[in-house]
Amino acid sequence: MEPINVSKIQAYLDDRINKSVYIHLETTNGAYASHINEKAYTVGAFIRNAEVKFTNAKIIENNHVYRVGLKLEIGWIYAEGLTDWTVTEENQLLLAGHDREGRLMVALQISEQPFSN
Amino acid sequence: MEKHVVVIYPHPDDESFGAAGTIIQYRKQGVPVTYLCGTLGEMGRNMGNPPIANRESLSEIRKEELLEAARVLDMEVEMLGFRDKTLEFEDRTKVATNLKEYLDRIKPSLVITHYPDHAVHPDHHALGAAAIEAVRMMDKSERPVVWAQAISRNYTEVLGKPDVINDVRAEIDTKLDAIYAHKTQAAGVLSQFMQPGFSQEEFKKKVANNFSTEQFYIWKYND
Ligand SMILES: [Zn+2]
Repeated sequence: MEPINVSKIQAYLDDRINKSVYIHLETTNGAYASHINEKAYTVGAFIRNAEVKFTNAKIIENNHVYRVGLKLEIGWIYAEGLTDWTVTEENQLLLAGHDREGRLMVALQISEQPFSN
Repeated sequence: MEKHVVVIYPHPDDESFGAAGTIIQYRKQGVPVTYLCGTLGEMGRNMGNPPIANRESLSEIRKEELLEAARVLDMEVEMLGFRDKTLEFEDRTKVATNLKEYLDRIKPSLVITHYPDHAVHPDHHALGAAAIEAVRMMDKSERPVVWAQAISRNYTEVLGKPDVINDVRAEIDTKLDAIYAHKTQAAGVLSQFMQPGFSQEEFKKKVANNFSTEQFYIWKYND
């Protein structure tokens, strides 16, 4: 993946407004968080292949860390702490936030076809 | 002597961190070892440092790492095809039945798996419980011995002294090769043993020390 490029990502999002897309959204601090540090909490959330349409989409920068919000007809999706991006061979947009050790903390991904299981 | 050893863990790397020394010892005796690996660790956080994988490419990369570790450990590997971090939500009996098909075919004399509820990761608990259930479903006379591995911080306080305490210092170099075959995972997992001011040598020694014993409880069936 590469450091986030706002204009390219915004263009990708704009191209998909009002189209049916599949979303992968996750955040995690690792299943071992409270094993490695007794005082830490293990938390995470994960959705794969939610089918949605968004009417607005925006990427916003704050100190080289990014947020992406998608406004749906009846709700919202957003992710915070994004740092890197890539587009796969299948034209899927992958956005991820990594910590200093390169570990994934958050991911928001958009695809026109369902993501593989 | 064992006839055939089957290792059942959910993630590519569980075998190397948890049981590589034991696996190497059995292979040295000429005992076949088969690893039934539940998932491809596709939800892992470690992507390599610097990252060499992303969420979508991670499963293919970890599959290659698993095959490389299997080569280092000279064992067979079968991938069960579940998704990382979802095993506890699958139907327990269905997973156990799936495992039993492998056990019926391989006919192992020993099964190594995680100790349910004392193995930290929800996939470890779930697959360990399913493996124990799979053996329970077998005819009593055909059941292999089951070794369950606990990894929680306080497991000896709760479960007592492990039944099997395997010294694997003589196998540590190959064990570390197997661990490092998991390129995206090794550095991230091992970084917890790095301490401020440690030289590379001190770090290596600490890692080797930490992984020089492999402990298991012999599962007791009540029927
Ligand atoms: Zn594991």
